Amino acid sequence: MTDHRLSAEQRGLRESATFDRVTISAIQRAARTGVYDIRGWGAKRALPHFDDLLFLGASMSRYPLEGYRERCGTDVVLGDLNAKHPLHLDIPVTIAGMSFGALSGRAKEALGRGASEAGTSTTTGDGGMTPEERGQSKHLVYQYLPSRYGMNPDDLRKADAIEIVLGQGAKPGGGGMLLGQKITERVARMRTLPQGVDQRSACRHPDWTGPDDLAIKIAEIRETTDWEKPVYVKVGATRTYYDVKLAVHAGADVVVVDGMQGGTAATQEVFIEHVGIPTLTAIPLAVQALQELGMHRKVQLIVSGGIRTGADVAKAMALGADAVAIGTAALIALGDNDPKWSAEYEALGSAAGYYDDFQDGQDPAGITTQDPELQQRFDPVEGGRRLANYLRVLTMEAQTIARACGKAHLTHLEPEDLVAVTIEAAAMARVPLAGTSWIPGGTGGL
Amino acid sequence: MDALTPHPTKGATAVHDVLELDLAERWLREVNGLLHQADLAADEVRILHPAGKHSVAVGLNKAMRVTVEGQVGYYAAGMNQLADVVINGNAGVGVAENMMSGSVLVRGDASQSAGATAHGGLLVVEGDAAARCGISMKGVDIVVGGSIGHMSAFMAQAGRLVVRGDAGEALGGSIYEARLYVRGTVASLGADCVAKEMRPEHHEELAGLLKSAGFESEDTSAYTRYGSARRLYNFHVDNTDAY
Ligand SMILES: Cc1cc2nc3c(=O)[nH]c(=O)nc-3n(C[C@H](O)[C@H](O)[C@H](O)COP(=O)(O)O)c2cc1C
Repeated sequence: MTDHRLSAEQRGLRESATFDRVTISAIQRAARTGVYDIRGWGAKRALPHFDDLLFLGASMSRYPLEGYRERCGTDVVLGDLNAKHPLHLDIPVTIAGMSFGALSGRAKEALGRGASEAGTSTTTGDGGMTPEERGQSKHLVYQYLPSRYGMNPDDLRKADAIEIVLGQGAKPGGGGMLLGQKITERVARMRTLPQGVDQRSACRHPDWTGPDDLAIKIAEIRETTDWEKPVYVKVGATRTYYDVKLAVHAGADVVVVDGMQGGTAATQEVFIEHVGIPTLTAIPLAVQALQELGMHRKVQLIVSGGIRTGADVAKAMALGADAVAIGTAALIALGDNDPKWSAEYEALGSAAGYYDDFQDGQDPAGITTQDPELQQRFDPVEGGRRLANYLRVLTMEAQTIARACGKAHLTHLEPEDLVAVTIEAAAMARVPLAGTSWIPGGTGGL
Repeated sequence: MDALTPHPTKGATAVHDVLELDLAERWLREVNGLLHQADLAADEVRILHPAGKHSVAVGLNKAMRVTVEGQVGYYAAGMNQLADVVINGNAGVGVAENMMSGSVLVRGDASQSAGATAHGGLLVVEGDAAARCGISMKGVDIVVGGSIGHMSAFMAQAGRLVVRGDAGEALGGSIYEARLYVRGTVASLGADCVAKEMRPEHHEELAGLLKSAGFESEDTSAYTRYGSARRLYNFHVDNTDAY
C-alpha cells in the first residue's frame, strides 16, 4: 500500500532528469491541443547570469567612498551623438518597451508615473503610443517596429527618442504576438486589425532589409523629425558583436541589447528557451564592438534581460553598459504575481510567483489585460509609486556597490572591479575566475 | 532675388506662388527643413535635381503641392500628411511609406515596398511597382498603372490596391481586410488570399479609385477582386501548414 503522507522521493520514486514533470506535462499538453505553447515572461531555465559575478570592494589598494556623505553620480545622457535634444536621465535604469495591448492603458500610465518620478524614461511598444503613457512620461521613447501598428508621424514628433526594433531577447528573429482575447475594440482600432484575431506581427521590417538600408531608414527618421531626437536600435542578443557594429555604422545614437532572459508578452515557449544568448555574454560582445569602433560611451549601450537588483545594474554597468532597461521587474513592482491574488492565480491553473500567461488577458492583478473589470483592480497612482520606490532602491543599491568600489559615478565601474564564481561566467563576462587571473578564452575572443 | 522668394506665376484663376528648391545647390536637410516650416509662404514647391537622393520631401505635414523634377531614392514623400506630391520620375524603395493622408503620384516606376504600411491617402504609380507593393498597408489606396512584383500586399490590413497590369507571386500573403483589384494575371496567391466575387459595390469602388488616379475610361469588369479567406485569423490546429 502507498503511504500518501510520504513524498515521492521519500517513497523512493525517482524523477527522470531528461523527462522531468515539466517536460512530461508539456508533451501531454502538446498532444492534447496540437498547438505549441505560447506564454509571457522570459527564459525560465538556469543560465550563467549576474549572480555569477562578484565585486571586489575597496580595501588597501583602492579607496572607498563614504556612503551618504560622498557623492556617487547616477545620471546619464543618451543620444548626444547626433540629436539636437538628447535624453538627460537622473538614473541609468529605464523602462523597456511594453506594448499597450500587452499591458492595460492604466499599467502604461503607471509606468509613466513611476519613471517620471524617478527621473527616467519609458518606452512604447508594438501597437502605438497611448495618451495615458505620453501624458505621464517625462521622457518617452517611441518604438518603430516591423509591424508599424499605430505608427504615426505625429507620435514620432511627440516622442523624445525613437527606438528602431529589430528584435527582442525573448525571440530574436520573431515578430510580436497578441492573441485574440486581448484584441479588444480599442487595441484593434489602434492596430488597424479586426477585433479578436490572433495577431502575429511581421518579423522583418516592410521597407528595408540589412544594414545599408537601415542607414537610409535612420536618415529618413532623422529628416522627418528634423534631427531633434536620438535614434536607438534594439536587437535581441545573438550575433551581438556584429549587430552592434552594424547598428553603429548605420548611424544609431544608442544601441539596446536585450539578452535571452528578456521578458515578453507572448511568445512560443520553444523560442523563449532556445534562441538567443544570455545577457551576461552579450554585454562584453557589444562593448568590444563599440570599443573597436572608438564609439564606446559615444554611442550609448543599454542592456536588458533579467535585471532585478541594484547589483545587476552595477554589474551590467561595470561590464560597460551606459544604462539598463527593465521589463519583467517593472511589472512585478507594479504588482504582478502578488501573493494577494493567490486564489485567483490557482483558479487559472498557475500560482503567485509562477504566473506567466500574459498572453491570456486574464491577469488577476489587472496589468497584462484588456479586460475592463480586471483593469479596474489596478490603481495607476499606487502602481506608479511602487515603481518609483523600486527604481530608487535599484539606484541606491548600485550606488552602495559603486561607493564600495571607490567610484564617484556609476559609469566609473569597470570590469576590473569584477570577478566570476564560475568558469562559464568568467568566460562569458570576460572577467577572471575569483582568486585567479584566468579568463577562459581571453578578453578579446569571439 | 533671394532664391527663397516664391516666383509669382499667372495661374488660371489666381496668382500662384511657386518656390523652387534646387537639390544641386542646397543640402537635403535644408530643403526638408524648409518644407517642414509651418509658415512657408508658397502654394507650390518645385524640387529640382533630386538625383536619386533618399528621403526627399519626407515628413510633410500640411496641405501643399510639391513637385519633384526627376528620380528619387528611398522613402520619397515618406510619412506624408496632407501634402500632394508629384514625382516626375522613378521612385526608389518605400515611396510614400507610412503615408497618413494627402497624395503621392509617381509619373514613372516605383521600386520595392511602395506605399508600405501607409495608413491613408492615395498613392498612384503610373508605371510598374516592384516587389512588396502595399506591404502591411493600413488604409491607403494604391493604384498602379502597370504591374506589381512578388509578395505585394503581404499582411495588408486595410485599404485598397488596384493593379491595371499583372501581379507577381504570393499576392496578399496573410492578408487581413484590405481589398485588392487586379486586371491582369496573378502569378500566385499568398497564404489565406482568395479571389472573391465582384459585387456592384466593388465595381463602384473600383471605378472611383481608377477615376481618382486618372484612369477614368477603364472597364471594371476586366478586374478580379482578391481578399482574405479569414482562415488564419485565429490559431487552429488544422492550419499548421500555413504557420
Ligand atoms: C509584457 C511585455 C511586453 C513587451 N512588449 C515589447 C514590445 O512591444 N516591444 C519590444 O521591443 N519589447 C517588448 N518587450 C520586451 C522588453 O522591451 C524588454 O526587452 C524585456 O522585458 C527586458 O527583459 P526583462 O523583462 O528581463 O527586464 C516586452 C516585455 C514584456 C514583459
